[in-house]
Amino acid sequence: MTRQNILLPPPGEGMGRGREYAMNYYKDFPEIQFELENSPLMQRIVELKERDFADKDQYDDAPQDFADAMDSYDKVLDIVGDITGNVIAPNAEAVDAEGPHCEGGRVCYAEKTYENLAAMRQAGLNGVTMPRRYGGLNLPVTVYTAANELVSAADAGFENIWSLQDCIETLYCFGNEEQRKKYIPRVCAGETMSMDLTEPDAGSDLQSVMLKATYDEENDCWRLNGSKRFITNGDSDIHLVLARSEAGTRDGRGLSMFIYDKRDGGVDVRRIENKLGIHGSPTCELVYKNAKCELCGDRKLGLIKYVMSLMNGARLGIAAQSVGLSQTAYNEAIAYARDRKQFGKAIIEFPAVAEMISNIKAKLDAGRALLYQTARYVDIYKALEDIARERKLEPEERAELKKYSRLADAFTPLAKGMNSEYANQNCYDCIQVHGGSGFMLEYACQRIYRDARITSIYEGTTQLQTVAAIRYVTNGMYSQVIEEMLNEQQQCADLLVGENEGYLTRIKAMDEKFNACIATVKEAGNDELHDLCARHLYEMAGDVIMSLLLLQNAVKAPELFAKSLQVYVNLAEADVERHNSLIKRMTTENIENYRQA
Amino acid sequence: MSLKIVVLAKQVPDTRNVGPDAMTPEGTVNRSALPAIFNPEDLNALEQALRLKDQFPGSTVHVLTMGPGRAAEVIREAMYRGADGGYLLTDRAFAGADTLATSYALATAIKHVCPNVDLIIGGRQAIDGDTAQVGPQVAEKLGLNQITYVEEVKEVSPLPTSSRGGVSSPLGGNDGGLRITATRHIDGGVETVESPLPCVLTVNGSAAPCRPRNVKLVMKYKRALAPMELASGTSYEELPYADQYGKKAYLKIGQLTTADVNADLNQCGLAGSPTKVKAVENIVFKAKESKVLTGSDNDINELVKELLASHTIG
Repeated sequence: MTRQNILLPPPGEGMGRGREYAMNYYKDFPEIQFELENSPLMQRIVELKERDFADKDQYDDAPQDFADAMDSYDKVLDIVGDITGNVIAPNAEAVDAEGPHCEGGRVCYAEKTYENLAAMRQAGLNGVTMPRRYGGLNLPVTVYTAANELVSAADAGFENIWSLQDCIETLYCFGNEEQRKKYIPRVCAGETMSMDLTEPDAGSDLQSVMLKATYDEENDCWRLNGSKRFITNGDSDIHLVLARSEAGTRDGRGLSMFIYDKRDGGVDVRRIENKLGIHGSPTCELVYKNAKCELCGDRKLGLIKYVMSLMNGARLGIAAQSVGLSQTAYNEAIAYARDRKQFGKAIIEFPAVAEMISNIKAKLDAGRALLYQTARYVDIYKALEDIARERKLEPEERAELKKYSRLADAFTPLAKGMNSEYANQNCYDCIQVHGGSGFMLEYACQRIYRDARITSIYEGTTQLQTVAAIRYVTNGMYSQVIEEMLNEQQQCADLLVGENEGYLTRIKAMDEKFNACIATVKEAGNDELHDLCARHLYEMAGDVIMSLLLLQNAVKAPELFAKSLQVYVNLAEADVERHNSLIKRMTTENIENYRQA
Repeated sequence: MSLKIVVLAKQVPDTRNVGPDAMTPEGTVNRSALPAIFNPEDLNALEQALRLKDQFPGSTVHVLTMGPGRAAEVIREAMYRGADGGYLLTDRAFAGADTLATSYALATAIKHVCPNVDLIIGGRQAIDGDTAQVGPQVAEKLGLNQITYVEEVKEVSPLPTSSRGGVSSPLGGNDGGLRITATRHIDGGVETVESPLPCVLTVNGSAAPCRPRNVKLVMKYKRALAPMELASGTSYEELPYADQYGKKAYLKIGQLTTADVNADLNQCGLAGSPTKVKAVENIVFKAKESKVLTGSDNDINELVKELLASHTIG
């Protein structure tokens, strides 16, 4: 007679529920805190964002000095880590299964989504980057990015709904004071947002947007007519809408940005898309029937200025979402591999499995380093840009603004593209570690695998991130950053004892190959070849920059990063060699073979 | 209409995750081995209080806790969630109190700091003692009505004029002109009850969970300290950011001793505690008999029936 154990799930847990390893998604992963605290740029970011602590006597929650600000950031993220670990993550499976539905032109979220939203609202985690005078928390983008990553690690679909709050950044930058006073406090109080850009014939090519905006003389307001598609959280309280205000135009110069307030009515949800992943996030088709709206900023600058700003913020958000997914891929993979026994031992003891998990960790740590470096660049230029609205900048401040604005522009598409590709690879490997069980809809790995898939597509596909980034390859911007980082490492060579010195040499060799490839492609002088090689050059830039960032981290905190540095540089070195070899073989003569009719 | 609410809260050892060193060889709780937490049902109580504060702007919620200096942590935690402040009742003379002496101390303190209280809300019981006696005893000592095992406060509304005057209470900020309606957890269902204010509620763990900490409140109150928490011999003036304690009164958490509340020392602490612990024994669970089951439908059906019959499930 066989003896069978009767295993009941712990109270309150359904079967097949995702495993919970962490009760605090921030405190349990010290790498995140390291990224926040270990950059020399942080001091400057806080000084700028806090205007030398001008709010300290006016607002009870404002920091007194740098250390006080850092302490507050840590405490804020501790709360995010607590809510994500104890509310959002336990709800993720139910939200994925239920999803939202459409009722009478309105979106009804999954039941637990309302619970998630309530927790975030009660915790005051809205309007995170907005100034205190509008009810915001005035936190740097870097801290907001960390919060984003934590929410995504718990539920990437919910991260979409929550993080669309950063649309308010665009309204803050380009709206007038009346609009700021009207809308920002509402977002700080928890109202949701959406950016209505895509249309059936205008996806990657937003110049083709046709939603019509007409001026209503009688009521002295603008009206929207037409439809939009694939709008994330499309039934939000406050929409930013891209529409054609200049009749008769057909390109981007005829588009303006509008604010639609749901309280005014006129926009209905026709249907919600049925998606592969991020089920909790409603993707809507919208119908605008003479909907009243307000112009945001100047006419005709909708696409060329405002949407670009909106997209840059959103891309950083997707990079954070991707890192969160990679963290969960790592958590799920390692927990399963420790637990699962085959051939008499835990499968993590088999090198083939352990390598997969080490690769996930290495890409997670490398991608995260790139994410936070990008966020810090964004912080400095955004804060300076904001100060420029209050007073004239000093010449050195203007130079600083220009420098960091360019760095942010160069790093954002790199962080988004590389991290979203890594998230996909990591979630793939996570299922592989689970073996057959991973293919069953039983473990969380299948959910994150489906959720991760969109990250390399929306807010600009990886192919479009390459288009955005390639100019910084060819104009030498990345090479210059790399050179500065190499020199910096060289200068503190006394810290580079033993192995780390070897890494520096290897990274230099990678950089040489990268520069040689740029030269090869440039010399060929063929536009098509340039576009064909772009993705390879783009990834080489990512490989070298992330290797250097990980080296910086590992020098300061070997206990956290030494292993990942080793594994990542091994991977990056081989990857650079692969791209190098491909670029050598892709020539004007054989380009024909890369064309399919 | 605004309410003055006092929440009774206790810092307790986290007995939900006990390890092998949770008890001392003498059979008492080894407090150093267990993390100190906000008593779970007191958090449910706090949530009911905060909901009333949301509903009636101008209402105040203060937390009263008795314990050593570090117990001020529960006051801060409550402030992070929306409480206005609190009082740490702390004195060597309070030490060793049983439920009777504890309720004497709490009732005396309430009379002192909040004589016109409308509502006193506490958790049903603390997880270190599980007596559920303190809330009811506080009500008795103050001569107030009590509603125990509360699931939800449904309503606070003016008393019909006809029933006024019949209420006599030693306390009361709203002239006895208000009533509360609440549901309470009973076997097999809930009961809706009504009482004039002021009154005492004890809240059940099945009530709504407490809201999370609010980030703005955490940034505002993170430096709040009770005098007992300062290293002995130091003052607020010697702390980092000392000027803040001068400017912001809310950073100094209220603290009360036996003298502050004119407590009768014979009724406090060990002296005021008739309960004497004779002995504490470890209980070892031993299975009387064991059964071997197979995975067959029949065996499973039989087991389900048996568990249903014994009310283990269902």
